[in-house]
Amino acid sequence: MGSATLKGLVPWLVALLTMAATHFLIVPILPSTLSEILVFAGINIVLAVSLNLVNGFTGQFSIGHAGFMAVGAYAAAWATLALRNAGIDLSDGTFIAQVILVGALVFGGLLSGVVGFLVGLPSLRLKGDYLAIVTLGFGEIIRVSLLNLDFLGGARGLSGIPRITSFLLVYLCVVVTVFVIWRLIRSNHGRALLAVREDEVAAESMGVNTTQAKVRAFAIGAFFAGIAGGLYGHYLTILSPAAFDFNRSFEIVIMVVLGGMGSLSGSVVAAVLLTLLREYLRDLAEYTQVDLRMIIYSLILIGLMLLRPNGLLGTRELKDFWRRRPTGKSA
Amino acid sequence: MIDFFQHVINGLSLGSIYALIALGYTMVYGVLRLINFAHSEVYMMGAFIGYYTSRMFQLDQNPSFMNLLLVMIVAMAGCAVIGFVIERFAYRPLRGASGINALITAVGVSLFLQFSGQLGFGADPKFYPQIYQPAGEWSVGGLQVNPLQMIVAVIAVVLMLLLQYIIFGTRLGRAMRAVSFSRDTARLMGIPTDLVISATFMIGSALAGAAGVLVGLIYPKIDPLMGVMPGLKAFVAAVVGGIGNVVGAVIGALLLGLSEEFVVAFGRSTFRDALAFGLLILILLFRPQGLMGQNLREKV
Repeated sequence: MGSATLKGLVPWLVALLTMAATHFLIVPILPSTLSEILVFAGINIVLAVSLNLVNGFTGQFSIGHAGFMAVGAYAAAWATLALRNAGIDLSDGTFIAQVILVGALVFGGLLSGVVGFLVGLPSLRLKGDYLAIVTLGFGEIIRVSLLNLDFLGGARGLSGIPRITSFLLVYLCVVVTVFVIWRLIRSNHGRALLAVREDEVAAESMGVNTTQAKVRAFAIGAFFAGIAGGLYGHYLTILSPAAFDFNRSFEIVIMVVLGGMGSLSGSVVAAVLLTLLREYLRDLAEYTQVDLRMIIYSLILIGLMLLRPNGLLGTRELKDFWRRRPTGKSA
Repeated sequence: MIDFFQHVINGLSLGSIYALIALGYTMVYGVLRLINFAHSEVYMMGAFIGYYTSRMFQLDQNPSFMNLLLVMIVAMAGCAVIGFVIERFAYRPLRGASGINALITAVGVSLFLQFSGQLGFGADPKFYPQIYQPAGEWSVGGLQVNPLQMIVAVIAVVLMLLLQYIIFGTRLGRAMRAVSFSRDTARLMGIPTDLVISATFMIGSALAGAAGVLVGLIYPKIDPLMGVMPGLKAFVAAVVGGIGNVVGAVIGALLLGLSEEFVVAFGRSTFRDALAFGLLILILLFRPQGLMGQNLREKV
């Protein structure tokens, strides 16, 4: 590992330290509504960034991300509930609870990744519209299956999940997710993904195994979606299949599209923006009895596609603006 | 055995409604290569236009077949206008953009109609007025046939035959087939492609509007999210039959209606919604061009 590589790690370490400092110094004095918003923002960042790997960098259009989130959420919650029933104390804040949660998250993520792999293997031979519908269909199949699995609560859902997701853990996951995907798309494998996005036929003739590349992106995206799901379940303490319907998937898609398909920092910014938007629209939605944010989301989508089809940042990253240096067409 | 035929009849009548929606998907896909996600919301709007028309003229006071026809014509005309507006203002500016962009816009239009529908119509379900009540039950050798189901199926078949005539017997239909074959070539041959695409949207949307009214007759409970599931299933039906293929869409829809009815009959009704997607995935794996579709080779 050269010193240049080490130097590249510095921002990530700084980010980790900042998160830790925020957790111990700032979060305790924040009003609880604000820290709740921050936690949801973090979970949404993980979701958006992981979907961006599939939709933005690999150029596939998946609209079933909520399904993978559901797999991870249920698997992780099932694991911690099983451990608690075995007599392990999982009250909030203990170190052991955090360690167990990390284990449960990884378990949920891996299971979700396996599901992503299984889903991806057949369906990624399809293109564009068909793939979109199949991912939507798989998301729906996962939701219907959850409705019918009695040991996971069926339609009532799982409740009484220990609330052990902490700010620190969420943002640890955010940093790890962004780091892994950032490094991934700058590796050989990532170049293969970008090549698939730019021109699948050309990529294939250059020797890229396109199906494998796509399935890989899909499985990794599903893994991180599963982790986000685990965090979500252990924060809300209840899970129900209805929380993982189309609208959830579309919400994640909108974050990716708004931020720019192929821009990680765009996804982060969009995830935070849309989380805030949802919180502030909550009062208005209660007044009108209608989920106003979906109207606003849909107008954002249509407007974006007509006026700025590449999203806010396109394929650029925030630091490209900061350096004021012209960049190439693709990241 | 009687039970079996009963389920067949129920399945076919459900399938004929799916077929009316599926035709719109398949026609639009044929000319634009776009999955018009908003199509299921056009169907929902059709049901609501029918609902408000019946309420306004108080058509449930003296139910008759003429009332049904009147409501259907109003709903079809209204939906044609909606389809035209959607195409003109959401899809046409994106002509030539990548397929994904058009797809995202379609999803956006669909969500917009769903939720602004909730804002406009109210989110709670509404009961469809009984605008037409054929008397009694028809029974054929112990088989109970709800006349409403029969009439819905017959109307659906008539509309499909009409569509078949438009596509294969008129100048417009020929132009539509030409555009679907190759839009650029069609334009070079002097076919006003934008006009043809608009017409295709309007015809497809009118069929969806008719389906909305017919559904209101059989399942008299409508709400702004009612289009989501039937819309997706109709799309699945279109893909199963071979998207872009009109006859295929009808066959796929009948197949789907039948298989759903039998899943419910075997007591697995909670799996009903997953069935369509399972079928879709199987078809895409083993016969991606659909039952009636032609295999198009990808060219570089």
